[in-house]
Amino acid sequence: MEEFFQQLTNGLAVGGIYALIALGYTMVYGVLKLINFAHGDLFTIGAYLGFTLFTAFGLAGWVSGPGGVLLVLVMVMGLVALIGFLLERVAYRPLRSSSRLSAVVSALGASIFFQNAVMLIYGAKFQVYPNDIRPSYVLSIMGIDVPLVRIMMIAASLGLMLALYWFTQRTRIGAAIRATAIDQGAAKLMGIDVNRVISLVFMIGPALGGVAGVMVGLYYGQVDFTMGWVYGLKAFTAAILGGIGNIPGAMVGGLLLGVIEALGAAYISIAWKDAIAFLVLILILIIRPTGLLGERVADKI
Amino acid sequence: MTVSRTTSYAGIAVVVAVLPLLLDPYWTDVFVSIGLYSVLALSLNIILGQAGLFHMGHAAFYAVGAYVTAIANTMWGVPVLWAMPFAGLAAALFAMVVARPIIHLRGDYLLIVTIGIVEIVRIALINNVFGLTGGANGIFGISRPMLFGFKIAKPVHFYYLVWAYVACSILLFRRLENSRFGRALNYIKEDDTAAEGSGVNTASYKLWAFVLGAFWAGMTGTIYAAKMTIISPESFSFWESVVLFAIVILGGGSNRGVLLGAFLLIGLPEFFREFASARMLAFGLAMVVMMIFRPQGMLPPMPRFYKLPERIRCITGKGGDAAAQAGGGA
Repeated sequence: MEEFFQQLTNGLAVGGIYALIALGYTMVYGVLKLINFAHGDLFTIGAYLGFTLFTAFGLAGWVSGPGGVLLVLVMVMGLVALIGFLLERVAYRPLRSSSRLSAVVSALGASIFFQNAVMLIYGAKFQVYPNDIRPSYVLSIMGIDVPLVRIMMIAASLGLMLALYWFTQRTRIGAAIRATAIDQGAAKLMGIDVNRVISLVFMIGPALGGVAGVMVGLYYGQVDFTMGWVYGLKAFTAAILGGIGNIPGAMVGGLLLGVIEALGAAYISIAWKDAIAFLVLILILIIRPTGLLGERVADKI
Repeated sequence: MTVSRTTSYAGIAVVVAVLPLLLDPYWTDVFVSIGLYSVLALSLNIILGQAGLFHMGHAAFYAVGAYVTAIANTMWGVPVLWAMPFAGLAAALFAMVVARPIIHLRGDYLLIVTIGIVEIVRIALINNVFGLTGGANGIFGISRPMLFGFKIAKPVHFYYLVWAYVACSILLFRRLENSRFGRALNYIKEDDTAAEGSGVNTASYKLWAFVLGAFWAGMTGTIYAAKMTIISPESFSFWESVVLFAIVILGGGSNRGVLLGAFLLIGLPEFFREFASARMLAFGLAMVVMMIFRPQGMLPPMPRFYKLPERIRCITGKGGDAAAQAGGGA
């Protein structure tokens, strides 16, 4: 039982990361019907920017404790949002009217570009996050020891997800995003500036992805430049699992995939851990391509 | 048009034939790599370029072929070149099994799933599946191929073997493109629904495109295994698939485009060895720029021209010149 709960909380923590990245995929897919392949690499960039802010500028030193971490998270969000905005301007906007597959190839190109840019700047070796910023405290809940950092991660990802849900459901801009996702033409006729909505989506998604990157750095203590596409692929699986284009779906899918993977690694085989997620992806696309919560699919897939 | 194509192929053939006389072993080896990637990209071109199916897991089929060869050679002592058809068949069978359930997926979804497949294959190879694949170290000690009692071992031998194979592949694939099968694939690429509506069995043609591409990639795996004499899962990573994908997309989907793409992506970086690490950076940028300014690729297939039957020509008053251009496609 102890093992099971350990894996469950671990799965929820990792699942929270998947969910945060999946939100970026699903929001972009919602408004543009494009799989943003470069999203996983924006997540890597977030992780590396966090690393730079923590180490090079010694931010954790002069703003101690949780305040420093929070400050870094906010700065990373801003910076990655800016990169996301530029990405859309340079690589996707000129292709808005051309075929979907051209946009997919452009997205792949952007992904390769980002990944190698990170490698050239930081080197091919993995980078280690400073150890002292991570709370090493271990909570004891009903006799089960759970690291505090795990609880904080679950709380942070849930908090961000709830904030996003509130934003899309309760604000005017959120309504504009939803309207654009349902019907771009009609949204334009209703006076919504679709270009601005798309830009906004390309800032919110990467911002969340960047936070997820820093969280991975804090949780595992190290980051490497190729991690973006594994996390990206898994987060995409999560988005499909929940129903792509559906914001609550990405949250549920992410948490579920994290738990499936953690339990699978513990009880089936750790060596096949990565294969489990890909198997889930293939199975869900074959059996139920709309995902768990997805009800509306624009065209047959 | 036909003339220019024949001339350009003749030109390429002459250059390829005399090139090793001017090259040192290192550069010969580079050109062997270009040849191998050319054949792999040509086989991917059936799936991606001709049928327009976004397949990014080609390294999986290549890996199956190479591993079948390696296992057959090291465990059962089968001569390398004899293993070639079996490597192809194994890859084709594998493709048939994995492609069948995913064939109906639309463009970008298919892309994601094929990435998943190539990763699962790599993980399976690392985990020493069936106890045959040697885990992360791979399989070593694959013997050199013998051709009519002649041992192929030096780079220059492999050079001629590989480029002869490229030439055969191009000849066959040209015939294939202009066949009923090739036209059906192009129709599916242009408009899936219209093809289905005109009675083209799209699911079956797509599946056969996969099977054929995999068969060829599997056979290429044999030559790769013979050349390297050691294979490991890392040789068949996701990045191999990305490079092949980029060759076809940037090349534009014609056979000559694929050759040009293979030369630019595999050969050109060798000229700029000091910038080797920036190679992929340039790839990525090139893909974005290419899609914005020239989405059809560098050398897209030429439009097809067909000779009209006599009685239709009388009615429309057209024809004549078109007869000289029969064939089409590059």
